[in-house]
Amino acid sequence: MQPLELSAVDLVTAIRQGEVSAVQVAEAFLGRIAKVDGSINAFLHVDREAALARAADIDARRKAGKPLGALAGLPVAVKDALCTSDQPTTCASKMLAGFRPPYDAHVVAKLRQADAVLVGKTNMDEFAMGGSNENSAFGAVHNPWDLTRAPGGSSGGSAACVAADMAPAAIGSDTGGSIRQPAGLCGITGLKPTYGRVSRRGLVAFASSLDQIGPMTRSAADCALLMETIAGHDPGDATSLADDVPRYSEMLEKPLTGLRIGRVAEHFGPGLDPEVAHGVEEAFAAFKAAGATIHDVELPHAKYGIATYYLVAPCEASSNLARYDGAHYGCRSSVRPTGEFESPLVEMYCRSRAEGFGPEVKRRIMLGTYALSAGYYDAFYAKALRVRRLIRQDYLDAFQQVDLIGGPVSPTPAFPLGEKTSDPLAMYLVDMYTVGTNLAGIGGISFPCGFTKGGLPIGFQLQGPALSEPLLLRAADRYQKLTDWHTRRPKLAT
Amino acid sequence: MSKQPATAASDPYITVIGLEVHVQLQTQTKLFCGCSTRFGSPPNTQVCPTCLGLPGSLPVMNRLAFDLAVRAALALNCKIAPFTKWDRKNYFYPDLPKGYQISQYDLPFSSDGHLEVIDPKGAFSRKVDIIRVHLEEDAGKSMHDEAAGTADTRIDLNRAGTPLCEIVSQPDLRSPQEARGWLNELKLLLVYLGVSDCNMQEGSLRVDANVNLHIPLPGEGGAEGRIAKTPIVEIKNMNSFRSVERALIYEAARQWEEWQATKVEMGKMPKQTRGWDDPAGITRPQRQKEESSDYRYFPEPDLVPVTVSDAEIATARAAMGDPPTVLRAALAEKWKISAYDADVLVNQGRDLVAWYEDLATRVGEGKVASNWMQQDVLRTLNERGGTIAEFPVTPEQVADIIGRVQKGDFDTSRGREIFAEVLTSGKAVADVVASMGIAAVSDDDLVALCQELLAANPKIVADVKGGKEQAAAGLIGQAKKKNPNANPGKVRQMCLDLIKALP
Amino acid sequence: MALTRQDVAKVGLLARLALSGDDVDRMTGELSKIVGFVSQLEELDTNNVAPLAHPLDTQNVFRADEPKPSLTTAEALQSAPRHDGSCFLVPAVLGESGAA
Ligand SMILES: [Mg+2]
Ligand SMILES: [Zn+2]
Repeated sequence: MQPLELSAVDLVTAIRQGEVSAVQVAEAFLGRIAKVDGSINAFLHVDREAALARAADIDARRKAGKPLGALAGLPVAVKDALCTSDQPTTCASKMLAGFRPPYDAHVVAKLRQADAVLVGKTNMDEFAMGGSNENSAFGAVHNPWDLTRAPGGSSGGSAACVAADMAPAAIGSDTGGSIRQPAGLCGITGLKPTYGRVSRRGLVAFASSLDQIGPMTRSAADCALLMETIAGHDPGDATSLADDVPRYSEMLEKPLTGLRIGRVAEHFGPGLDPEVAHGVEEAFAAFKAAGATIHDVELPHAKYGIATYYLVAPCEASSNLARYDGAHYGCRSSVRPTGEFESPLVEMYCRSRAEGFGPEVKRRIMLGTYALSAGYYDAFYAKALRVRRLIRQDYLDAFQQVDLIGGPVSPTPAFPLGEKTSDPLAMYLVDMYTVGTNLAGIGGISFPCGFTKGGLPIGFQLQGPALSEPLLLRAADRYQKLTDWHTRRPKLAT
Repeated sequence: MSKQPATAASDPYITVIGLEVHVQLQTQTKLFCGCSTRFGSPPNTQVCPTCLGLPGSLPVMNRLAFDLAVRAALALNCKIAPFTKWDRKNYFYPDLPKGYQISQYDLPFSSDGHLEVIDPKGAFSRKVDIIRVHLEEDAGKSMHDEAAGTADTRIDLNRAGTPLCEIVSQPDLRSPQEARGWLNELKLLLVYLGVSDCNMQEGSLRVDANVNLHIPLPGEGGAEGRIAKTPIVEIKNMNSFRSVERALIYEAARQWEEWQATKVEMGKMPKQTRGWDDPAGITRPQRQKEESSDYRYFPEPDLVPVTVSDAEIATARAAMGDPPTVLRAALAEKWKISAYDADVLVNQGRDLVAWYEDLATRVGEGKVASNWMQQDVLRTLNERGGTIAEFPVTPEQVADIIGRVQKGDFDTSRGREIFAEVLTSGKAVADVVASMGIAAVSDDDLVALCQELLAANPKIVADVKGGKEQAAAGLIGQAKKKNPNANPGKVRQMCLDLIKALP
Repeated sequence: MALTRQDVAKVGLLARLALSGDDVDRMTGELSKIVGFVSQLEELDTNNVAPLAHPLDTQNVFRADEPKPSLTTAEALQSAPRHDGSCFLVPAVLGESGAA
């Protein structure tokens, strides 16, 4: 038995049936991390001892015939944006270097309750701001398919660690595409659930009205398994949905006959890489072959998505990140007061934040502060909220005609590291197909639908109405039963 | 500088005052987390990820805090908005760990109310409009040792996140005395309704005052002149209603002097903030936070809006209990006491009113009970301090004493001595009566006593017989010396009867 | 739509970010470009569109007024850059902001 090759669903079954021990599984993945992460940098923190102890405890309980959780023994990597009481939580920022929260994020607590084995915290763009993982204060993540290329972001570490078999499952967060885009660029499956489906408590906030936690795995079936643990109402998150959590895994089998998938012509306009366009069209054809029907739909305001998103998200972020000021936790500047500021306190604030935040985070804080400030609020923030409503209405209208909307995840396959770092606006455009989902608060899933001639994965995205996760997972799962793109693994020199 | 009360009839200006009051709501836990709101605990012992503003923490609103805020707004005759939401008010300060305060900006849960004060003594009566009441979270405490110069400031976040109701009045008050009287009524109302304990020492009620002067200017050639308005000053740091009054008196006089010297009118300079220095008795300019005018309010994305239906408002109103104004009228009507007496009783709080009603029910006469409350119970309570709940004498005991007076066992002044003895000794009324040798004087003894007095005072007897009944008063004092328990009223009547019966 | 260096310096102070002269120069250019890009929203007529601040339609989410355990003081202070065992320590602040 080679644990690295098993899906999360199969691993959980194998451990439960005693075909492999949790310790053997943990050791296999920890060994893989030790072997390959030096060249990928997907992890910011790996807690080998704790993971093995946890696995040993699960094995002991299994032997003793005690009840085990739904994910017993499954190694899971968690994006460093989720608070963990026993491991540092830095959001890949110097600002939080070494920070240890005194509490677990709701999702982390649920994973522990389900007896998952947390192997470590994954790298990301600082405070989840970025689309390439190059904004990490602790070094970029390298795409396992081509180490000179970016894995996407912001959940680039989570995507890369699953793609490189360092964990069978990872947790990411998606504010404007941060699960779906790196999943697409790394050839894995990532689900961005409906806003409120998964509790945000303990997820370090980037943009509170857009943030959502979701699973990143090798397949839709594995995503379904993880969703059964992490989704659900949390009385500690006022924006968490009270709706019952379906048994996603049990809803996968239904055929796609009669499923109506929308195709947005504008998605195929200029800027879309021809190889990506080709892969996406092939996927539409595959869905059609599986019994779905493809329909043209319009999202007339989708082209304003990036502009809207890059106002809403920075505005909320400028406020969410105000707490990182060196007063109660995190980085405090050691510069002695120079008298150049109105008070030693103001100087401490300004210098701590200047030292602790990286350039992209500062840029977004500046942009958000400006857009909310007196005289600009109506022209920028309030305007963006009005367009946000138009964008959401487009989706509501489209979902009158179709069940899901398909299309590319991002305009290009994985791009070379450093290619876009000098042009913030060019980097923002990589989110053009994904931000709408977050602005509307609906669900989206991304999965591989082919490869470029150069061997880079191409991602396909399905978007669905609020709480359409069962359908999104079912459609992706059916597609993966008919194709094998998701089973391909990068060849890493070890 | 003059410390005369402002806005005397002779003043050449009108003092215009608006108040902004923050009251802590009487909840067990904070507005957005389960930490205790208890006052006086050691620093940073009532804190959690949410009220520390730790990464990833989220707020969830306290139902009771919202309900109490609605109760306050209803009591202030406000309209309750059918839809309300929360906003972030962004500013950096170390007692505000998130870098923003969760407050309400453009859609407060209530607005357009009023609170009327009717002073039965007639000193002032005024209806003050309320612009808005909203719900927000408190900040923590910054402690700075001024003497230590540049030493660090210490931050205690126990208070951070405590629910506050912010009440903003229109500038409808016209004197410092009115402001104080209005605040007294506001406090009484909020305490009556269980909204807040309004304890200023513990910071559960805080007042900022906006004040300026309206100065009528003479017109040209006898024509009607215009009103000049001085720049508005916001006064902070007042820690008692007495300080509010003193600060406003000072500030009105200061503005008048400044006006005379500078003639600077409102709008010609920015609104100024001044702090009240209580020991020095003056206001001083306060440095403004640099970004004070740019809080970048926006809707709080971590909370959802609240809707309130008419039915819910009706339920809240029904559960509210009577506000003091209603209670004053009801008490006066029910017990046939004066508006003044009802005012005195109601102003002491709900517990004292209940105590009074218990006494009045036992005595059966509201006026008598009210007299005893004001002359004995309240006077003693004020001397001793403490609350009516801690008062060692019960309504039953006072009713017992009053009953004995009414029966003629002894007079009121003797009753007072008994009340004092019951209070200090803690003994039962009957025991005190016995131990003081106060026994009811029998009719036979009374006849004997009076006959003895008449025999010893032929002049008084003759005067009474001659029609001067008031001369009988001379007998009372003597009777008291011979038998302290003799009821003076009975002695008087008996003597008059005996004299009339004389040939 | 361009920002001036003064705009950037003012926003820097509002956001409490120390910016060097070079930072201000660079950000003036970058932010002007981004603001210019997002200004494309101006071409949409949104006069009759209500702002949508949040994707949820949920309302009235409350918790009961029931105490929950707090952290210990040591836990609360565990990540503080400076503390004295009972309070956070920050550079001198004059006065108290309270809530206003
Ligand atoms: Mg306030
Ligand atoms: Zn708390």
